[in-house]
Amino acid sequence: MTARKPKLAVWKFSSCDGCQLSLLDCEDELLAVADAVEIAYFLEATRAQVKGPYDVSLVEGSVTTPEDIRRIRKIRKQSKVLITIGACATAGGIQALRNFNRVYDFITAVYAEPDYIETLATSTPIQDHVPVDFELRGCPINKYQLLEVVNALLNGRRPVVPAHSQCVECKAHGTVCVMVSQGTPCLGPVTQAGCGNLCPSVNRACYGCFGPKEMPNTSSLAGWFSANGLGQPHVRDFFRSFNAGAEPFRRESEAHE
Amino acid sequence: MVEPDKQDHPIMAIDRDGLNALIQRLAAEGYQVIGPRVEDAAVVLGPVAGVADLPAGWTDEQSGGHYRLVADGKGEAGALFGYTLAAQGWKRYLHPPRTRLWQAHREGRSWRVEAEAAPQRYAFLGVRACELSAIGVLDRVFDNGQFTDPGYAARRSGTFIVAVNCGRAAATCFCASMDTGPKAHAGFDLALTELPGEDRAGFVVEVGSPAGAAMLQAIPHGPAAAADIDAAERAVATATAQMQRAAGGREMVADAAGVLSRNAEHPLWEAVAARCLGCGNCTAVCPTCFCTSVEDTTDLSGEVAERWRRWDSCFTLDFSYIHGGSVRRGTASRYRQWITHKLSYWHEQFGTSGCVGCGRCITWCPVGIDITEEARALAESEGRT
Repeated sequence: MTARKPKLAVWKFSSCDGCQLSLLDCEDELLAVADAVEIAYFLEATRAQVKGPYDVSLVEGSVTTPEDIRRIRKIRKQSKVLITIGACATAGGIQALRNFNRVYDFITAVYAEPDYIETLATSTPIQDHVPVDFELRGCPINKYQLLEVVNALLNGRRPVVPAHSQCVECKAHGTVCVMVSQGTPCLGPVTQAGCGNLCPSVNRACYGCFGPKEMPNTSSLAGWFSANGLGQPHVRDFFRSFNAGAEPFRRESEAHE
Repeated sequence: MVEPDKQDHPIMAIDRDGLNALIQRLAAEGYQVIGPRVEDAAVVLGPVAGVADLPAGWTDEQSGGHYRLVADGKGEAGALFGYTLAAQGWKRYLHPPRTRLWQAHREGRSWRVEAEAAPQRYAFLGVRACELSAIGVLDRVFDNGQFTDPGYAARRSGTFIVAVNCGRAAATCFCASMDTGPKAHAGFDLALTELPGEDRAGFVVEVGSPAGAAMLQAIPHGPAAAADIDAAERAVATATAQMQRAAGGREMVADAAGVLSRNAEHPLWEAVAARCLGCGNCTAVCPTCFCTSVEDTTDLSGEVAERWRRWDSCFTLDFSYIHGGSVRRGTASRYRQWITHKLSYWHEQFGTSGCVGCGRCITWCPVGIDITEEARALAESEGRT
């Protein structure tokens, strides 16, 4: 154990705060986390701010404004280890739906004075702008995976966060496949595991909150969706949600425009 | 396990009350009885307390990527074992998805390692012939004379097995062509054949071990009538006939081991890769796929460390990760690895096929990739069939 506690910072970009809340949601383990690290910057939890540099930065949210780009570069410079958390930070989030349309149309539809709005044409993940040391997936992230990453960092080991499919998690839990047993379209076979089997364990299909697994065969799965009666717009929309901006999901959704 | 001694143990019969007594007797002797039950729109394996928990009146419809639970219309009076195979097999009890290998506590500059507690003793109710064969395959993997996995050996040696012979084959079944079923010949303590036709029909019982004989003595039973023995044999013959390819059933192609070993390079692999999701469902439901990964965890303070073993799959990118990267980067090479190991070089490694013909990989592949059809396509491309 080092004498000095590692300094932890938690940063927010375009996001709903849900992933930061996962850290506060660690209830039973929160005191142990607070004991193990110095929480130097975490506005969701405390107004107290300790200046950088930081040992570990957790970054939530996507880059959607020119100011975001400047800020993430500054954070990167101040951080030894930078970990992105959640679908926004790792894939652009639900707000990456703007990438498929003209953002100016949205601004003029929503704001009385669109000229005051300074925004980028796209919502992009953090790794499009600065080097990222580790990406933690999910919408929101799983608190046990977050603890595992913090834990691995503190103990100098590799985090156990497999990139395999949700199906692996379903089978390990003994959950019966909703796709095979009920014909329900499910993104599980192309989605990275990690949520703790939330939807399939209550008889619902996977919505792909954890984004694409390693080497996902989205076209084969989309072919199954089509063969089982899903129209093109539905197939497109399946791949176009929280991780719409993740490359394999983006490509597959565009194939069904 | 020993071969049933037909002299000492003539074929007996029990009714449903007898089966109920068997389940309760096993529980009373300290076994956790695991058997079939309906859950999540499928027959699954789980703890059963009596006959009332069994899937009376339920059967199944299976094909590539397709499973439906189907009522036989008789309700409680219907067959208890009218389904073919539960969604997952007994592997998850003998070789669990996650097992803690040890836990260690920091003590000064050293560690105190704690061994794991003795495992739960299970009684398996409803083990099909193909599944018995698969347990035999796992035995050779985990306890083969050269090496013994202590966790597996402890779980396995305490297990009481009640086999149930099949009176029906699903469209995905091909045990007859793998010579593993549909009748159980060895490896069980008791083997039941559910008598067809009548309401709340009983069972013909064969004894496979001294433990099975003792258990049968402890529950209400009687000698089986000759007509019932005939009916049980006919039921099994029906299942065999349903699997004949000439009758629209399913068979593994002859000399699958040779076919696979001769076709390491073949355009079929890329064609399969276009469909294969690389999701790992086939390896998870396969009753003989045994591969695992080992994970080390720590608590936040670094005072407690644990080593866990979990199921892994040759369909994941990480599975073949060695220094510098993954060896099998493409799905084509991963599928080829799986089917070639299963059907071909398993023989060289363990002296048996790795496939027992249960067909679970066909049913539970979300896109219905079919091990028998892929092997057949390779064989046909050789012009030998």
